[in-house]
Amino acid sequence: MPTETFTEERHALTIESKTIGGDAIEGKSIRANIPSGDLADKWQNFKDHAGLVSPANRKKLRVIVVGTGLAGASLAATLGEMGYQVLSFCFQDSPRRAHSVAAQGGVNACKNYKNDGDSIYRMFYDTIKGGDFRAREANVYRLAECSRLLIDQAVAQGVPFAREYSGYLNNRSFGGVQVSRTFYARGQTGQQLLLGAYQALMRQVNAGTVKLYAQHEMLDLVTIDGKAAGIIARNLLTGEIERHAAHVVVLATGGYGKIYYLSTLAMGCNASAIWRAHKKGAFMASTSWIQFHPTSLPQLGEHQSKLTLMSESLRNDGRIWVPKKQNDSRAPNDIPENERDYYLERRYPSFGNLAPRDISSRAAKERIDAGYGVGPQKNAVYLDFSHAIKAQGKKKIAEKYGNLFDMYRKITGIDAYEEPMMISPSAHFTMGGLWVDYDLMTTIPGLFAAGEANFADHGANRLGANSLLQACVDGYFIAPYTIANYLSNKIKTELPSASHQAFNEAEANVKAQLDMFVKIRGDKTAETFHKELGRLLYDYCGLSRNRDGLKTAIKKIRDLKDEFYARLMIPEEAITLNIELEKAGRVADYFEIGELMCYDALTREESCGAHFREEYQTPDGEAMRNDDDFRFISAWEWNNGQAPILHKESLEFESVKLAERSYK
Amino acid sequence: MKLRLKIWRQDSATAQGMFKTYTLDNLEKGMSFLEMLDVLNQQLVTKGERPVVFDHDCREGICGTCGMMINGRAHGPIGGITTCQLHLRSFNDGDELTIEPFRAKAFPVIKDLKIDRSAFDRIIASGGYISASTGSAPEANSILIPHDVAESAFDSAACIGCGACVATCKNGSAALFTSAKISHLAKLPQGRAEARARVVKMVEQMDKEGFGHCTNTEACEAECPMGVSVLNIAQMNWEYNKALLLGA
Ligand SMILES: Cc1cc2nc3c(=O)[nH]c(=O)nc-3n(C[C@H](O)[C@H](O)[C@H](O)COP(=O)(O)OP(=O)(O)OC[C@H]3O[C@@H](n4cnc5c(N)ncnc54)[C@H](O)[C@@H]3O)c2cc1C
Ligand code: SF4
Ligand code: FES
Repeated sequence: MPTETFTEERHALTIESKTIGGDAIEGKSIRANIPSGDLADKWQNFKDHAGLVSPANRKKLRVIVVGTGLAGASLAATLGEMGYQVLSFCFQDSPRRAHSVAAQGGVNACKNYKNDGDSIYRMFYDTIKGGDFRAREANVYRLAECSRLLIDQAVAQGVPFAREYSGYLNNRSFGGVQVSRTFYARGQTGQQLLLGAYQALMRQVNAGTVKLYAQHEMLDLVTIDGKAAGIIARNLLTGEIERHAAHVVVLATGGYGKIYYLSTLAMGCNASAIWRAHKKGAFMASTSWIQFHPTSLPQLGEHQSKLTLMSESLRNDGRIWVPKKQNDSRAPNDIPENERDYYLERRYPSFGNLAPRDISSRAAKERIDAGYGVGPQKNAVYLDFSHAIKAQGKKKIAEKYGNLFDMYRKITGIDAYEEPMMISPSAHFTMGGLWVDYDLMTTIPGLFAAGEANFADHGANRLGANSLLQACVDGYFIAPYTIANYLSNKIKTELPSASHQAFNEAEANVKAQLDMFVKIRGDKTAETFHKELGRLLYDYCGLSRNRDGLKTAIKKIRDLKDEFYARLMIPEEAITLNIELEKAGRVADYFEIGELMCYDALTREESCGAHFREEYQTPDGEAMRNDDDFRFISAWEWNNGQAPILHKESLEFESVKLAERSYK
Repeated sequence: MKLRLKIWRQDSATAQGMFKTYTLDNLEKGMSFLEMLDVLNQQLVTKGERPVVFDHDCREGICGTCGMMINGRAHGPIGGITTCQLHLRSFNDGDELTIEPFRAKAFPVIKDLKIDRSAFDRIIASGGYISASTGSAPEANSILIPHDVAESAFDSAACIGCGACVATCKNGSAALFTSAKISHLAKLPQGRAEARARVVKMVEQMDKEGFGHCTNTEACEAECPMGVSVLNIAQMNWEYNKALLLGA
């Protein structure tokens, strides 16, 4: 494979200073290193010709994997099994707690066990269409192709997927598709898949191939001669700064939806690892493509710290509605059938309540903004199970969703068997992330990105149950091959020295930043700033965006950032367990990434998937894509804090015809 | 709503800890318990004081990170939930709450309410897996698992590794946690091959970590947020005795 030539080419990128949307600068076009051959043969072609590393040489090569979610744990375990030296990092106190654990609904695979017409091609097409034709064909095809292997792997590990009485695996359907290809383990699919990967990882820890660094946060990427050489990490228990060198660094650090503060992500989720790599030269792609999940619980109070997700699978049996009358203050059960607006069924008759996430979320926002919202803050819509309970019986519904109904009652105190749930869109999943080529390598040679941390596979909108899949497939089946390919001509390369000047500088910079945070001694907490930034982004770069709003947001974010550096308060010193310092570093990065999100949204003058620009919509409020001018991936280069540089990866569609994405 | 909080403060693993009392006013019933601690911490930090360190992450009852003793009960007064799922509507205006870390010999306190549960990871590392390396798996439907068996394995696999069972047990035993993993894997056909070796290694590791012995008081099941059953302990004992008799 011509990996190296591509690498050289990447470094030849030059900047033309042409100013585009806002003051962003137009760069050059970039290519993704896609293997030749028919779509269906590309991955096999890659594997047939990829470089290999012999077992004897693997133990001389060291790989750092940051992240122990599905992507990181599966990759670290697999590389360990192959015999590489692996260092595995996570910020939680145990790898088993990575946020993959929270995924409820399921994982897709085109096994066609239901004999309902599923195939690799159909899954590929659904994903490409679901992503509004803004993903790479070759990557998506590979995702569908490897999906079958994942189910085999997970079952072998003991993942207790739902079964038929006969003992065969069961499936259900998920939003945006018409076949049943979702495998699930009650409402805890992510947990069970992650435990499988975690156990495989711990087996390698026991075998001595993987060394675990829990409660460590990566704070910088170190590069030597333009190649990844290691990381700087902070031991969160002691505050000490550590250097770790490796031949390859993989970032599997998850999504950054927590930038909105209120989101379905865990409190510790962050963008710092990918952002700091970005500042060292890795391009960020599609930064503003963020999925808002339509069925999360609404914000109920001012101190709320997160929005809990109710699995999308609920939409299989629940019907979504709002009152036909504005500001209707009647209790839901007092509103008669003919005064309810089942707006998804009305607007999208063929998909109805199973319309894809971006469309469902936007339709909810449209109703809420128009004054039809329900609940104490008028910021929700109803998800009603009364029809399903009447048709199937309470027992059947309890069997399918019992734990979700329980969770709903715990949080709200409301019994959803008796009264409809209140739901609302919430920041959830980042389609954007580090730009990677077909090999999952970033623009920095030797730096790979896997799972939600990369931008690949989902286009402008991710289909439900496709991201557990992507994280697993990246880690178990793709990166182990592509990393071997990269390493195959480096078996004689010495491990970079952790006392190299590049490590000295990176460590000094990290320490200086931490000291600077501590010395501000202002009067506002990092969390207060995070909440303010989140509100700004919800308003200006959330479910819908417009030119003026985005420009305003860029300015407001800069002002807020200035205030942060003047008024931040951290009560303790840097070299100790210091939770406020951890948050400060993450929020500091969020300001910068938030700004890039606005640039990304501003320069994309079309609506596609989750990215909805108010200026580009049809008369009935549907997204208006512009394939002539925007059939590309935006890949951003850091420009030392100046207006960022936009490089473009053109998307070529050879196997599908670009079509209007209609779910009507 | 107003609450008085008596919170365990301890500067470091080696420092002497003590209770400190804080009063919080204007709380809302709909707030979660951890959001109340957030409010307290915001106030402390704004004043330049050290915030209360506590374990948490997902805040939806699944990562198993959170956990503290609230008025003497693991995860607070309501059964079947984690600390992050506890809401202030479970308390009355004016209540005093005593908040302490999970305590056990094998779970040393790190700072305030934060504890070290890495012993759990080491128990899993000792044998809590099926050795199925990537690439070796057969076609998924070639392993038939009857519905009820899969559901029962799931019940055991549901453990989130929070440690409430250990903190509740007067012996500080990790029997419920360890047995849940042993049973999960032993119930499945693909887990049987290693069942004997697994149970021996995991029980050995559990003892090595300094967890106490199980004397069947069953307090663990009552406080487990995931409803993991003590029948798992019975299965662990059965598997263990079988392994001793037949050889691991
Ligand atoms: C509530 C919820 C429900 C979901 N439900 C589904 C579903 O039903 N189906 C589906 O397909 N997808 C679902 N998703 C999406 C899916 O769960 C995620 O996209 C996927 O699990 C991401 O896996 P990951 O391995 O990339 O990242 P994560 O699991 O988030 O792991 C990130 C890892 O990186 C580490 N890390 C991060 N930053 C640093 C740093 N600076 N230093 C060191 N370590 C770091 C963390 O400690 C963690 O180990 C859901 C997501 C959420 C939030
Ligand atoms: S058995 Fe229950 S209480 Fe014990 S660690 Fe697992 S989930 Fe927590
Ligand atoms: S914070 Fe994850 S279980 Fe409570």
